[in-house]
Amino acid sequence: MDNNREFLMRRLHSLLGVIPIGLFLTQHLIVNHFATQGVEAFNQAAHFMANLPFVIFLEIFVIYLPLMYHAFYGLYIAFTAKNNPGHYSYMRNILFVAQRYTGVFLVVFIAWHIFETRFQVAIGAGEADFNMMENILSNPLMFAFYVVGVLSATFHFANGLWSFFVTWGITVSEKAQRYSTYFTLLVFIVLSIIGIRALFAFI
Amino acid sequence: MGEAAKTVIFEIERQNSTDESSYWEKFELPYRANMNVISALMEIRRNPVNIEGKKTTPVNWDMNCLEEVCGACSMVINGKARQSCTALVDQLEQPIRLQPMRTFPVVRDLIVDRSRMFDSLKKVKAWVPIDGTHDLGEGPRMPERKRQWAYELSKCMTCGVCLEACPNVNEKSDFIGAAPLSQVRLMNAHPTGSMNRDERLNAIMGEGGLADCGNSQNCVESCPKGIPLTTSIAALNRDVSIQMFRNFFGSDHMVD
Repeated sequence: MDNNREFLMRRLHSLLGVIPIGLFLTQHLIVNHFATQGVEAFNQAAHFMANLPFVIFLEIFVIYLPLMYHAFYGLYIAFTAKNNPGHYSYMRNILFVAQRYTGVFLVVFIAWHIFETRFQVAIGAGEADFNMMENILSNPLMFAFYVVGVLSATFHFANGLWSFFVTWGITVSEKAQRYSTYFTLLVFIVLSIIGIRALFAFI
Repeated sequence: MGEAAKTVIFEIERQNSTDESSYWEKFELPYRANMNVISALMEIRRNPVNIEGKKTTPVNWDMNCLEEVCGACSMVINGKARQSCTALVDQLEQPIRLQPMRTFPVVRDLIVDRSRMFDSLKKVKAWVPIDGTHDLGEGPRMPERKRQWAYELSKCMTCGVCLEACPNVNEKSDFIGAAPLSQVRLMNAHPTGSMNRDERLNAIMGEGGLADCGNSQNCVESCPKGIPLTTSIAALNRDVSIQMFRNFFGSDHMVD
């Protein structure tokens, strides 16, 4: 037990899930919410985000690298667990399993989402605007895929935030962990409403 | 007692040795009042005949104290890991299914080899070192309220139920599980034991240590002794967070 590489990798995985990925998710959903104020408001917000100074470095260091590490190490974590929610159907164990299922689903969803949006912009095949999302979400299957994707992301973040507080030794007692459950449940609900409202604004 | 003789049906997952494959065998036993799983297994041992009336080998199991303090008789009963001595037949749904705790290597039938837990206790230095070349005298006193709290942690009987219930303790991972981790907290709480607390914290920061916990919290739900295992894990997470910074940035003292 001399080498603590695994320990540091796990801690990094936990940290990156909240900072920056969780913060980015929150910001992303909030910017999306401009869609509820109309085409012009969304395009203006999207244009502002896409033209931030040093945007490519922001993307690489705040999104791509942390997200890839979190995704690939997360897959390893998900597949080393032996889920047993049948016999041990306690709330936390069910959330444990849900965290792993949503995580695996999100790797697929986010890969597809980036391909459909950012990648198309990068190869010059499209522009990240209201029109692009309207086209994507006009397909009812895609719309359902995005609803599940957004809910998975908000759940995975909220539940991951709960684990983050335990992993870093912030919530220790049973009582602290219970209040943390209420708090993260609130985070899940609020972010879900923001995310889903934005999706509905495109149709 | 005039009614037809009541019986109890057992389905037992059996295995002749570690490397052989397992098979299920059914038994029907006469019911007796206040039966527990162990008394039923004793009945099978006395008369090893299965439900088809065929003579078979007696079912092997492990036991010792018969009062839920040794942990030896742990097995999976109707899907959940627990001690068979305190599993009362009257409170169990029939047929009663008995399985070995497969997180551990199966020796034979319901007997498992729990050595990995004892090895883990060695790895995390779950003891208070007091041996020396001369009498060290009395150690520091422990506050009474702390003693009462630490007593709860000391109830651990290394039964292995928390490891069996944990989704992260399996053949794909090295995770040592909740029991040895909680012992680190107990030893670190001891006034003399705390003189080596950094050694134990560094040990659980290693391979298969604290970081492998995935917070499914099955351990605390399953612990027959009601030990606050997840509180121990979270408290150790806090200690280890500080130890991590001490290690990385350097410190002029390793123990308070």
